[in-house]
Amino acid sequence: MLRIHHLGALTLGMAAAGLSLSAHSATEIAWWHAMGGELGNKVNEIAANFNESQDEYVVKPSFRGNYSETMTSAIAAFRANEAPAIVQIYEVGTATMMNAKGAIVPVHELMAESDQDFNPDAFLSAVTGYYTTSDGKMLSMPFNSSTPVVYVNRDIMAEAGVEEMPATWEGLGEALGTIVESGAAECGMTTTWPSWIQLENFSARHDIPFATEQNGFGGLDARLKINETAAVDHIQRLANWQEDGRFAYGGRFDEAAPSFYTGRCAMLMASSASLAGVRSNAEGFEFSVEPLPYSSEVIETPQNSIIGGASLWVLEGHSDKVYQGVAEFFDYLSSAEVQADWHQFSGYLPITQAAYDLGKEQGFYEANPGSAVAIEQMTGVTPTENSKGLRLGNMPQIRATIEEQLEKIFNGDVGVQEGLDEAVRRSNELLKRFQQANG
Amino acid sequence: MATFQRHRLTPWLLLSPQLAIVAIFFFWPAFQAVIQAFYVQDPFGLGRAFVAFENFTRVLGSAEYYRALGTTVTFSISVALGAMALALLLAVLADRVIKGAHGYKTLLIWPYAVAPAVAGVLWVFMLDPELGLVSAWLGAMGIDWNHQLNGGQAMALVIMASIWKQMSYNFVFFLAGLQAIPKSLLEAAAIDNAGPWRRFWTITFPLLSPTSFFLLVMNSVYAFFETFGTIDATTAGGPGGATRTLVYKVYEDGFIGYDLGSSAAQSVLLMLLVGLLTLLQFRYLERKVQY
Repeated sequence: MLRIHHLGALTLGMAAAGLSLSAHSATEIAWWHAMGGELGNKVNEIAANFNESQDEYVVKPSFRGNYSETMTSAIAAFRANEAPAIVQIYEVGTATMMNAKGAIVPVHELMAESDQDFNPDAFLSAVTGYYTTSDGKMLSMPFNSSTPVVYVNRDIMAEAGVEEMPATWEGLGEALGTIVESGAAECGMTTTWPSWIQLENFSARHDIPFATEQNGFGGLDARLKINETAAVDHIQRLANWQEDGRFAYGGRFDEAAPSFYTGRCAMLMASSASLAGVRSNAEGFEFSVEPLPYSSEVIETPQNSIIGGASLWVLEGHSDKVYQGVAEFFDYLSSAEVQADWHQFSGYLPITQAAYDLGKEQGFYEANPGSAVAIEQMTGVTPTENSKGLRLGNMPQIRATIEEQLEKIFNGDVGVQEGLDEAVRRSNELLKRFQQANG
Repeated sequence: MATFQRHRLTPWLLLSPQLAIVAIFFFWPAFQAVIQAFYVQDPFGLGRAFVAFENFTRVLGSAEYYRALGTTVTFSISVALGAMALALLLAVLADRVIKGAHGYKTLLIWPYAVAPAVAGVLWVFMLDPELGLVSAWLGAMGIDWNHQLNGGQAMALVIMASIWKQMSYNFVFFLAGLQAIPKSLLEAAAIDNAGPWRRFWTITFPLLSPTSFFLLVMNSVYAFFETFGTIDATTAGGPGGATRTLVYKVYEDGFIGYDLGSSAAQSVLLMLLVGLLTLLQFRYLERKVQY
């Protein structure tokens, strides 16, 4: 009797020891993200693979809604001292995050303090540039970055007798004219995310400033310039095309995509990460992926386009042990295998040269035509201060203000110059306000 | 009476859970909003600067605010009156139905159980310019429906969706009000040779006035505050700010722009506005109500 009792106690003791061991040894790292659906499953898979690769840390991903909801809930959590260690923040939230000194741990500091050998030069500067200081220090870890490309319905092109996809906006105007006049398609082209593609990227690709102070990288007193550059002519071009059917406005986000899927529009300008979506929806016709056009009247050789998407920010308020784990996770995340897998699965850009090279080695780009267009468009040239990205405070609202005026321009309520002047005036109010709150 | 006075604490004790909820979830946040309206603060709450009335003067000096106010007035009047008029019509009709009345009533109450965001998505599906069924019919009739670009159509869409959502609530109250009207009054009027139209306007409508007044207050509050979900799911305030109501602007500035000071100032102004409106309704309209 006594022996059994003894044994029982021993087992209990061992079980308790085992429990406390596992509870103490694995440090939990909360990762809040905005990737729903298939991408969300992939995020879980990445975390699970990292957790299996070592037993000191457990990364726990949790889906927090869309980008703006994720950012809002992370901010609310920070104010309540419940912040996650890692949070995924969209590119327009960058200025808000980097100015929150005392709330964030810059990635370059995090990596320096950990024992990871971290080489910032291994990353593609066109991707990381958006998230680095003006002297090249990485503030957040790029995660899902994409850039706009053109998806072209080849069947419509052939029907209209247009052989080549023109590289310039001028050539595109003629080609789309032929397409619409021949009746091959009701609408020439449409675009998702108009401010991002037709203004932010248009400016970068033509090496013209979107805002002063190196698009905001230089300081908080940046103000918009889009009402006094070639961007005005470009919006005028789209407004003219809207009249004769060569362009059709299709909403602020991704609502324009179905008009390409149904064959109503011959071309779609959208994120490179839409490739999987286009591929599964464009079943009835042949399509190709083409680089974003440039205007030969403005620039001879186009600059790189800029990225959209999101990066991973590290928040204050955790133990050194947690930060060590975050550093190890970031190191894992930027390894060529993980990056290549993520990039090939999702259509987002790889963040390191090694991941791109690995893809080439694997023959991925030959097997999947169109998947390299975005990378070449991003990395073909060295970014300038106009094409490094945007660093503007209150950018989510600025973008909404611009979209609002674009809608008014395209429905004919206001003229192009008038609309862009108003967008700039109101955006500059927002920039002043941000400067006041963060200065 | 004597027994009540001996239990002075009991009523308070019984009320306390409810009072605590109101205090924690209403008075405390409202108080915080008033305080916040006088500060400019960074999103993370790392520091804040007292700016006195600057948030208010900035809001009241911006053309966008007055535009949103105008939008709110158009929207609220259309929704409140539309939802009440349609509900009254349906209630009068349903009141006469004898066969299968229960089924009709259930179907008419149904939309109230649908969440605002879901209701919004339903309408967006039907009227999507590219894929929507209803927009295809409209197209066949020669109406080019595109609420992503046409502000008037976007406004019509959010008004329709909001009316549809609120109609059921009004219907229930109107139906109950109609059933409380003594049949003898209507029969007496019918014997005196008053037609249905006259009976409605001289007997039914005046006797419904307490219900109508109650619903007017409730519908105004609904149109001002509770339509946020519907607007967010259908037009998100667009196109070009055509459906940006005051409450949507509070959300945009606070939760997308993280301009907490301005957002708080706007919500204080909105609170005052709706308070004033309700006061006016009670002061002037309630006199016409016959209980």
